[in-house]
Amino acid sequence: MNFCGIELAHPIVNGSGTFDAIAARRAFGDELLERFPFSAFVSKTITPEPRPGNPPPRLWETPSGMINSIGLPGKGLAGFVESDLPELAELPVPLIVSVMGTSHEEFASLVEGIGSRDEVAALELNVSCPNVHSGLVVGESPEEARSLLSALRPLTSKPLIVKLTPNVHPAPIAEAAVEGGADALSLINTLRAVAIDPATGRPWLGAERGGLSGPAVRAIALNQVREVSAVVDVPIVAMGGVASGRHAADLIGEGASLVAVGTESFRDPAAGSRIAAELDEILRVASSA
Amino acid sequence: MSAGAASAKLGARVAAPFGRRACRVTRNVASGGYRVFSVLDADGPEPAAGQFYMLSAARGWGGGDGRPYLARAFSVADCDPEPNGVRLDFLVHDVGPGTGRLVALEEGEELWVTGPLGRPFSAPGELSPGAAGAVLVGGGIGVAPLALWRRRLSGIGIPSRVLLGYRDRERSGGQDLFRCSEMRIASEDGHQGHRGYVTDLLAVLLDGDDAQSAAVYSCGPPAMLEAVRAMCAERGVSCELAMEAPMACGFGACFGCAVPLAGGDGYLRLCVDGPVVRGDEVASAL
Repeated sequence: MNFCGIELAHPIVNGSGTFDAIAARRAFGDELLERFPFSAFVSKTITPEPRPGNPPPRLWETPSGMINSIGLPGKGLAGFVESDLPELAELPVPLIVSVMGTSHEEFASLVEGIGSRDEVAALELNVSCPNVHSGLVVGESPEEARSLLSALRPLTSKPLIVKLTPNVHPAPIAEAAVEGGADALSLINTLRAVAIDPATGRPWLGAERGGLSGPAVRAIALNQVREVSAVVDVPIVAMGGVASGRHAADLIGEGASLVAVGTESFRDPAAGSRIAAELDEILRVASSA
Repeated sequence: MSAGAASAKLGARVAAPFGRRACRVTRNVASGGYRVFSVLDADGPEPAAGQFYMLSAARGWGGGDGRPYLARAFSVADCDPEPNGVRLDFLVHDVGPGTGRLVALEEGEELWVTGPLGRPFSAPGELSPGAAGAVLVGGGIGVAPLALWRRRLSGIGIPSRVLLGYRDRERSGGQDLFRCSEMRIASEDGHQGHRGYVTDLLAVLLDGDDAQSAAVYSCGPPAMLEAVRAMCAERGVSCELAMEAPMACGFGACFGCAVPLAGGDGYLRLCVDGPVVRGDEVASAL
């Protein structure tokens, strides 16, 4: 299949920040490469400077899901290009790199620095952070989203995917991002959530607030993909609690081109392969009916 | 000592088969106030001591309130090759929805298993050039990985002294996993051994003349681990700690199991950079 000019073996990819292919290779060895579960690999979000991430605790299990507040730990742009990119280039699938800045200038340096690399097939823009100049979260403001995409679009020929948040009504943001030049959209990101420590009555997570994922959010993802696909014509990468081929097929039915697996990979590292096979069977039966 | 362990370098990380696999539960027995359950891993390698597995029951995982949802991390307490695979033993105490399901596993049930994962214990000589023996300090359910480590060390002729501590009778067990009689026990309620902390026993041992000739290996509750770390640091004795942190995946994907590095320079991921860490790698074991 084809996604924004990139040839993919099947429609199942990973959600950014839910699978670290470098760490997984340490755990599983080269069998990971031989049985790579995704048709493209989406990196965790790269920021301009190194970040340690949020103080622990960072996780809380909820009914049918989990809350995380990881805080985008990473080596920064230079560290990513120097040490991670060569290892990610060894993966047997195209590489999509997620980036996040806090201003147009930071985003521009990331898009130019990473978009120019031959190892990179596409970029995903994580717009969940406030613009330091306006104070507005880019992904929550149509004007900010349109303006950012207009600024970044001329800087690279690679496809730009915008990751939408479920914490605001996504359709207006989706329309604005596409008007600005987005080639594709991905949704949903995690839902803002809080866990209370039963022992203290205070927030459990070190950063107090986190994001909810897992089967608990699947119904919300279905609705938001439906709403966004109704107003834009670009490809959609859909995600949110996908744990089976049926769940993936449902999202494709609502207008998705690709489906990302996230939290389910925590429970089964090879979940992507299983879901791709289940989806293939469902689509084959449907097309022969 | 098993053939698998003999072929792998002591202390070398063993890679896991990719993905999770269904393993049959072969046994579930009481061990003091804890349970030891065994599974037959038909397709996995023999783990190194200190490595862990992510476990979830194939049925009944996610009860009426939707928990447990994530798999749970367990150090392997013992293992042996068997005709149809490797038998893995895990020590479990019922403290929540995940462990509550695991203690109730019945023979013949299926368990989802991913592993072995993480960094194992290192040989004493690798931790400290002068170390020829090991001191194993376990607390509560944390005695589990030390049992397998004692067997592996014994298999290559490295002597271990075993110190185990428990809070009370209900929260004790796993001593049978050590298969040796030379253990010193401490209990806070005095139901067996020394009344007090296992670190009381460690202090006596480390204040002896030959403290520098051993490396210390410890696993247990955070306060105990931190006491062990601090005692070893004060005396210049090398130690490794098998730590625990909330963990969603076990293979570096979720970034949940962050532990602050010594020197304030960010975090390590306990699942891939640990769970066994040198005492001087972390800011604190708390």
